[in-house]
Amino acid sequence: MIEIQGLTKRYGSKYAIKDVTFSIRKGEILGFLGRNGAGKTTTMNIVTGYISASGGRALLDGHDVLEEPRLVKRRIGYLPEQPPLYMDMTVDEYLRFACAIKEVKPSAVKAHLDDVRELVKINDVRKRLIKNLSKGYKQRVGLAQALVGNPEMIILDEPTVGLDPRQILEIRSLIKRLGQDHTVVLSSHILTEVADVCERVVIINNGVIVAQDTLSRLTSGVGDAFRITLRVAGHEGEIKRALRSLEGVKFVDSLAVKEEGSYDFVVETDRSCDIRKQLFYALAKAGLPIMALRTADITLEDIFLKLTGDNEGA
Amino acid sequence: MVAVWKRELASYFLTPIGYVFVGFFLLVSGILFTFNNLMSGSGDVAAMLSSFSMVPLFLVPILTMRLFSEERKNKSEQMLMTSPLSLTAIVAGKFFSALTVWLATLAGTMLYVLIIGSYGNLYWGEIISAYVGFFLMGGCFIAIGTLVSASTENQVSAAVISIGVNFFIWVVDSVIYVVPAQFISTALQWFSLYERYDPFARAQLGFSGILYFLSFIVVFLFLTIRVIDKRRWGEG
Repeated sequence: MIEIQGLTKRYGSKYAIKDVTFSIRKGEILGFLGRNGAGKTTTMNIVTGYISASGGRALLDGHDVLEEPRLVKRRIGYLPEQPPLYMDMTVDEYLRFACAIKEVKPSAVKAHLDDVRELVKINDVRKRLIKNLSKGYKQRVGLAQALVGNPEMIILDEPTVGLDPRQILEIRSLIKRLGQDHTVVLSSHILTEVADVCERVVIINNGVIVAQDTLSRLTSGVGDAFRITLRVAGHEGEIKRALRSLEGVKFVDSLAVKEEGSYDFVVETDRSCDIRKQLFYALAKAGLPIMALRTADITLEDIFLKLTGDNEGA
Repeated sequence: MVAVWKRELASYFLTPIGYVFVGFFLLVSGILFTFNNLMSGSGDVAAMLSSFSMVPLFLVPILTMRLFSEERKNKSEQMLMTSPLSLTAIVAGKFFSALTVWLATLAGTMLYVLIIGSYGNLYWGEIISAYVGFFLMGGCFIAIGTLVSASTENQVSAAVISIGVNFFIWVVDSVIYVVPAQFISTALQWFSLYERYDPFARAQLGFSGILYFLSFIVVFLFLTIRVIDKRRWGEG
């Protein structure tokens, strides 16, 4: 388990992070969420021992990264935002070098690298120069070096930035697989990624932690509205009138037309008020068939915007 | 340290840098050897090495310019710095890789010695002394270049600054005697690599000379560690 206690990093009079405190539990996939420049990379760089903190400390199972760097570094694998690659090496040469500096026993290197290459699916490029690989493969090779030495904790800083949609999905699925055997910290500014992969989320804004909890608790704790989106066949005005006539409805708005002859709407009520049954009967009575209906949960995006100031953009 | 040494050594010959350094050194030294030894019929190996002494001043920065600056620019240093390796091991590994290329290059100049030997007698004591001094002096230039490379993110800047520092060390010999203040003259004397090399060229292989060169190297490598450490642990 990693405990980050009051971590502060100051550049002159400006704070990159201030009094950052949270913990990373063994075996979990933690999302570390924040806008660009919020302090994610600074925090990760301190936890991995790359830079120092101006105050506070980071402990891995009670060992301070500053006081016992070798012990802590042996147990953390780090993929920085820009993968730390040597372009003049082949993938195999690079990974063997990673084994050497991460103190993998020479007798175990071959089997270990076979496992790592298989896990990140880079067997087909093992003999190629890194500089000739696509960005997606470079990212995987970077991830492979983070896995070398089989560290308990893997820290990934924006691992999908710059990748195409297919590569993004592959990396996310890989992170989920890694989560089965490792503690993973996924630092990202991409909300869907964190929502898709992580169990717990820490949100940082302007260098300060603004929220930390499980996704379900975060989404249930924000907002006071219950939201439904639905598609109804009929005349738009008639449907709107029917919806507004329902007891408890606070807000009705039209969405884009996605099916000919039908209109999409979003309806909001008080959180305590579930109008789905009444809505069904009322629209049926008015001869307006419901083509689709679903409850629209409060999303991580809603929480993020609320906590980080929606007018500043995410 | 060995892993870093191996990687850097391989990197010299995976990129043109190693070939450029070895090639240029042997080309320039070959021309000097032809003029100073072959054409004038001189068999003085120490004088031959002394005639080469300006060459590392300009060429060693090619060897050292990318040692740290390139890693910093490409962010690959993050892999080294977050690994269990100590900073001392990283700096030493890189320094020794450049030193190995320097040693191999000097070994190439042994061909000139063999050519001289084929025309007359060789005085091995004198030759060993001159080579040890020349090798250690090159080591000092490498240590300077390592420090400069750790202080900048651009390898061209690193090369230019290193040449500037080396040039300063070359002119320091002349400056020492015209500086009016004694303490400045004494301080400058500390940097006078060429003056320290002279006894080696005269076959006076002494412990104090070796110790001077070794301590020069250690001080500059220590400063390299401090520069990197300050950047990582400083307040920015």
